[in-house]
Amino acid sequence: MSRHWLVLAPAGAFLAAALALFVIDAVDRDSTNPTVLSAVATAGGVVAAAASAVLLLSNAATLPAELFGGQLVVDGTSLIFTFIFGSVTALVSLASLDYTRGLPFRAEYYLLVTLAATGMSLMASANSLAVVFVALELSSLPSYALVAYLKHNRGSVEAALKYFLVGALSSSILLYGISLVYAATGSLLFADVASAAGEAAATYPGVLGVGILLVLGGVAFKTASVPFHFWAPAAYEGAPAPVAAFLSSASKAAGFVVAFRVFVVAFPIDAVANPSTYAVDWVLAFTVLAVLTMTIGNFAAATQEEVKRMLAYSSIGHAGYVLMGLAALTGVGGVDAESTALGASMLHLLVYGFMNTGAFLFIALGEHWELGRTFEAYNGLAEDAPVACVAMTVFMFSLAGLPVGGGFLSKYFLVVGAIGAGVWWLGAVLAVNSALSLFYYSRVVKAMWIEAPADDREIEGYPPALYAAIVTAAVVTVLLLPGLAVFDGAAFDAAAALL
Amino acid sequence: MLVEALIAVPLVGAAVVAVAPNEYAERLALGVSAVPLVGSLYMYLAFDGSGNALLGGDVAYETFFEWLTLGPYAVNYHVGLDGVSLPLVVMTTVLTTLSILSAWTPIDDRQRQFYGLMLFMEAALVGVFAALDFLLWFVFWEAVLVPMYFLIGVWGGPRRKYAAIKFFVYTNIASLVMFIGFFALVFGLGDAVGSTGLPEIAQALRAGQLGALGLPGTGAAIPADVLALSAFVAMFVGFAVKVPVVPFHTWLPDAHVEAPTPASVMLAGVLLKMGTYALLRFNFTMLPEQATTLAVPIAAVAVVSVIYGALLALAQSDLKRIVAYSSVSSMGYVILGLVAYSYYGVGGATFQMIAHGLISGLLFMTVGVFYNATHTRMVGDMSGLADRMPVTASVFVAGAFAYMGLPLMAGFAAELFIFLGAFRSTVLPAAPLFTAAAMFGIVVVAGYLLWAMQRSLFGPFRLETDYDVGRAPVHDVAAIVTLVGLIVLLGTAPELLYDMMSDATIDVVEMGGELP
Repeated sequence: MSRHWLVLAPAGAFLAAALALFVIDAVDRDSTNPTVLSAVATAGGVVAAAASAVLLLSNAATLPAELFGGQLVVDGTSLIFTFIFGSVTALVSLASLDYTRGLPFRAEYYLLVTLAATGMSLMASANSLAVVFVALELSSLPSYALVAYLKHNRGSVEAALKYFLVGALSSSILLYGISLVYAATGSLLFADVASAAGEAAATYPGVLGVGILLVLGGVAFKTASVPFHFWAPAAYEGAPAPVAAFLSSASKAAGFVVAFRVFVVAFPIDAVANPSTYAVDWVLAFTVLAVLTMTIGNFAAATQEEVKRMLAYSSIGHAGYVLMGLAALTGVGGVDAESTALGASMLHLLVYGFMNTGAFLFIALGEHWELGRTFEAYNGLAEDAPVACVAMTVFMFSLAGLPVGGGFLSKYFLVVGAIGAGVWWLGAVLAVNSALSLFYYSRVVKAMWIEAPADDREIEGYPPALYAAIVTAAVVTVLLLPGLAVFDGAAFDAAAALL
Repeated sequence: MLVEALIAVPLVGAAVVAVAPNEYAERLALGVSAVPLVGSLYMYLAFDGSGNALLGGDVAYETFFEWLTLGPYAVNYHVGLDGVSLPLVVMTTVLTTLSILSAWTPIDDRQRQFYGLMLFMEAALVGVFAALDFLLWFVFWEAVLVPMYFLIGVWGGPRRKYAAIKFFVYTNIASLVMFIGFFALVFGLGDAVGSTGLPEIAQALRAGQLGALGLPGTGAAIPADVLALSAFVAMFVGFAVKVPVVPFHTWLPDAHVEAPTPASVMLAGVLLKMGTYALLRFNFTMLPEQATTLAVPIAAVAVVSVIYGALLALAQSDLKRIVAYSSVSSMGYVILGLVAYSYYGVGGATFQMIAHGLISGLLFMTVGVFYNATHTRMVGDMSGLADRMPVTASVFVAGAFAYMGLPLMAGFAAELFIFLGAFRSTVLPAAPLFTAAAMFGIVVVAGYLLWAMQRSLFGPFRLETDYDVGRAPVHDVAAIVTLVGLIVLLGTAPELLYDMMSDATIDVVEMGGELP
């Protein structure tokens, strides 16, 4: 077994940032220098993203590397996801410098963000069901507190309570599922579960099947997939906007990386859904989830009157697109087509990490200016804040799949992957949903640029850090149109390695 | 690297103009747009390509490097120009510069954003005509919509919001239909193609390598001929919205009438040509057999567009609507020329793209100049404008006659080629009949243009509004006079463009013409 401790550098960067924030908070209890706090958290994210990218794109380490007796594994998949977590953490931490100005407990805020990011990077590397659960809790517990960060705001507290209750329930469901899987297969390590799955499916099909379904339910909660999505709009709406950005981009991606690894590696579809040893056909389950999630998410988004809720539902819709990667593992198209589909899901989460984070940070800017929540509140904003509105236009069009940003390419990859894997009709559902989504995304654009501005609006200053984060996210979103070429090979290889 | 410069200069220029002070934006934009204009004229003079870019011809100004790999398909950055695309690129740069000039008077709000969007659109348009890889082409194709959406939505007339969203939704859904049709073809080709490059796909299709498209999981398969036919229809419908062809034309009058003059010029002059250009490149170059099979319905649609568009124009009293509907009519000729599949037909259709681009651009600009002075476009509200604005009025007369096909003007050459080609077509049944019916459109065109001119330009001066009408500003006159000059130049010496066009389209025709 190889011991390349270097491969833990991305997770280490998050942890180091968190520990540094602990020390700073111990010394400076009143957070007199918030810039340092934000800088430490941002640096943690940047270093984690950079280390992941270097490990992924150069041959600095032998991959996959297993650590701690096979409990953790660092491979292409985990590095792609730590890159996403690092980027989102950096953007959110940078933007939060302005957003949390004048609020108490700022050190704790950044601390919770970096701790949650540490948990997510462990989720990406988890190679046993026990680690999955521990890492999931490490990322979830700080998230509950972050949603409640505005503790004198009723919406924030209410959202946190909902999120906590639903999250706790889903954690217990996941844990029960894990215990059933353990009961049926006798192991928690993915590799051992996989090798025992065929026999377990023959001997205890009910136990294993229910166990897998309960794990699927837990994952569906985490990724806010229909019908386990009800918490998401409430939590995203009540949470401070940067936290909503963090949850809807990074936390969702963390849920997906667990789904990818657990189902693809630990529950081989050949073993658990074989006519002779049938426990449960999770590919079918994910197909149903994907169709429901993208359709209901998009239709709900189209009927919203508040921008933040629209984004919350649109993020559910995008979860549906990503689920196509798992729904495509039907075995019809062969390994090449399946790795294309699964890799396309990873690439979509990568692009989504920037465009969705940017969109929520733009909402953070709106909250900073106290514009209001509705579409009308943004009327004519382009005259007061053209740069931010250009960035938001990029986010909206890229989310809709117009080729102004990487969102076009990743959706295109998803469609090609789905067609290659034999679920061409899922590609058609995506195309229709994507066309529908243009309707509600362009409402924001129309409000900002075309509608007449409100008379009594006054923009108080242009918060530099928030602006920097938004502009960075927009620039990266645009650059990912030509630049997705940097990651596509790595993503398809990573997916092929999982399969 | 010239094509890249032609895209990069307006793109960077757009960013610079977008942050420049409003007072300087218009002059800065004009200066920026002069660079691609000069560049494209140089490229015209130094053009050394031959043949059709998709059918193995020598592509000029070619750049190729690998971009993405996706499963079995390589997606490359591949651009280059041939005798079809180079004239369209030149027309794009010419019309962009002139529309920027024509925007100086009417655009008095948020100028830097306006001119930034115009330059952004120029970059995307050059990309559309130069791209030789499907995905790259699609990126530019969709990118054109974004600035046009804003140009109509922000600077348009009273119903601009409705017009902008209608334009956006129509053309986007059309793109989706076309995209699905094209990709069905690519998947049907299977291992015969290894990239999304248009030349590779076109040659594989013409070599008859299209196989049945299996639907995995069902065991069923779409046979090759059904696949080709349905893909042809999907792409035709997708592009027909852009052209537009009756009955997909309903977005056009709204978009045209509400758009500010410079945007109308670009919309009629260049954006409609994207549709016909794509029809030529995709449907008629890649799937000649299907085009021949469907020749009669396509020709019928073309003739209906010609006649119905002209009749609709006849029924309007808004000068801009008249010009807008007459575009539907003129683009019908392009379709007729294409479906004729003869040397003069396809060459003439290509020539008509340029001729109509210049002439409709001229008419929209002139109507804009009238509107700047009178603040009305209603034929009934004004008369005798020739007294007050003699130069503009004579330019309008010249443009109208060019539209009607007066000899020695570009419209005459284009329509003559098309009628000659269509009349002699060997693949279109009852070709003389279709041609004669389409020729009738000219009569209607003459009717409504002469009627509109007579009422608004001549007679005693009268205006229903309170504006003081005087001579148009010099820069407006310069823009329209330049266009008249170009129209006459192309009318007297069509070989300046026609030679390279026919050289590039002859391969398309040979294949189609051989078919029964």
